Amino acid sequence: MIAIGARAPVIPTFGGSASSYACERANRLFCANWVSRNWSSVLWPALRQHIVLSVVAVAIGFALSFGLALLAYRRRRLEQPVILISGVLYTIPSLALFEILVPFKPLGLSARTAEVALVSYTLLILFRNIVTGLREVPDEVREAARGMGMTNRQVLWRVELPLALPSIIAGLRIATVTVIALATVASYICDQGLGVPIFAAIQDGVFKTELIVAGGLAVALALCADGLLVLLQRALTPWARRETSRAT
Amino acid sequence: MHTLIDALRFIGHNGALPSDPAAPTLVHLTLQMIAISAAGIALSLAVGLPIGIWLGHRHRFSFLAINISNIGRALPSLAVLAIGDAILGIGLTVTEVALVILAAPIALTNAYVGVAGVNPEIVDAARGVGMSDWRILWRVELPLAIPLVFAGVRTAAVYVVATAAIASLAGYNGGLGYIITDEQSYGLSGVLGAAICVAALALVVEGLLALVQRALTPRGVRLERDVRGEDVDAIVPVVTVGG
Repeated sequence: MIAIGARAPVIPTFGGSASSYACERANRLFCANWVSRNWSSVLWPALRQHIVLSVVAVAIGFALSFGLALLAYRRRRLEQPVILISGVLYTIPSLALFEILVPFKPLGLSARTAEVALVSYTLLILFRNIVTGLREVPDEVREAARGMGMTNRQVLWRVELPLALPSIIAGLRIATVTVIALATVASYICDQGLGVPIFAAIQDGVFKTELIVAGGLAVALALCADGLLVLLQRALTPWARRETSRAT
Repeated sequence: MHTLIDALRFIGHNGALPSDPAAPTLVHLTLQMIAISAAGIALSLAVGLPIGIWLGHRHRFSFLAINISNIGRALPSLAVLAIGDAILGIGLTVTEVALVILAAPIALTNAYVGVAGVNPEIVDAARGVGMSDWRILWRVELPLAIPLVFAGVRTAAVYVVATAAIASLAGYNGGLGYIITDEQSYGLSGVLGAAICVAALALVVEGLLALVQRALTPRGVRLERDVRGEDVDAIVPVVTVGG
């Protein structure tokens, strides 16, 4: 399909103007010239789409898992079925899940399909971490809150959820980084995100700058998102600053 | 819905062993995929488990051991495979190396967390009755760490299967990804059929390893879990990711 080095290097047509030929023909691994020339036309839109894809998936996944986790926290019987179903979704390889979702009518080859698949990967991680976080709140704390006259709802929002935050954010970090890495594969079915330049580079087969820059941007985006979530956790749990280094 | 039925029909029609190995069929490619994945899983575990277990035993480099899987998780498998193929040429070796780079950190981190997390009082007691370092590792730490170590093994294994499917997107023609990426020859039903096979393969791998884990977990550890009524690997949210 793709023969590397079997033929003379093909000069890529994407946005490149005559002056960048030398660098591209030399088939270098990294071509800064190309990056600055194509940043606003190729890389920035892809990065922006990638951010939107990931943020929407994590937000929907979090809303779903949060609701399910609160239900399962009150009714233990619900926990195992939710873990089983989300575990199966989590186990199905991304490429297979994307393809399996395509035939369903409202989905098809669109960003919706990508979002459904990406959301399904966040459920197990988020649900499990939210429930575990809530369960690990010490009973004494819960009883003290009740003793002060708090209602169930107040105990949940003012005591249990704040104490569960480290575990919840640990889940969010794993889910976010996962989704950002997986969203590159989503481009196979919806033509959005950093996967687009990666696939373009694979099709082209010769010019590698696109591939390396897009891959690097995906990693950088994941690490930035991870760092932002760590900062968020620090801001939200000032009382636990000494313990934050434990949360992975 | 029709497409799904067609896909199952495709699986049914291609269920026989190939008479001509030059024209890969579903069974041929599934077997190839199993071989690629099995090698990838074995190599990843061979790299990740010993390092993780040893570091956990010594309680060394905890920051590195815990965070290496975060970095591994942030690497997009598609980009790793494609960059490997672009620089070193497309082939089985590059694919296997990429599988190890992506999956070994998962096994390593979980093995570290499992072994390092064994109650230090139990380890002290074992040392107190005169056990050697090796015996403490083999007879005390590893049996107690099995649930977490295996959570890593299972996640790494599923990750290898998922990534082996993506290898075809990056240009490597092998395994079921070959059909998934070739809609022109196999049609939508073929693509979907192969996708279903990949999904089934991942679930079977996960299920088989769950059985192995059950067989390897000492009865005492198992009983303790039942009493507490919780999944041990849920406590530490290090468990990683299919992709």
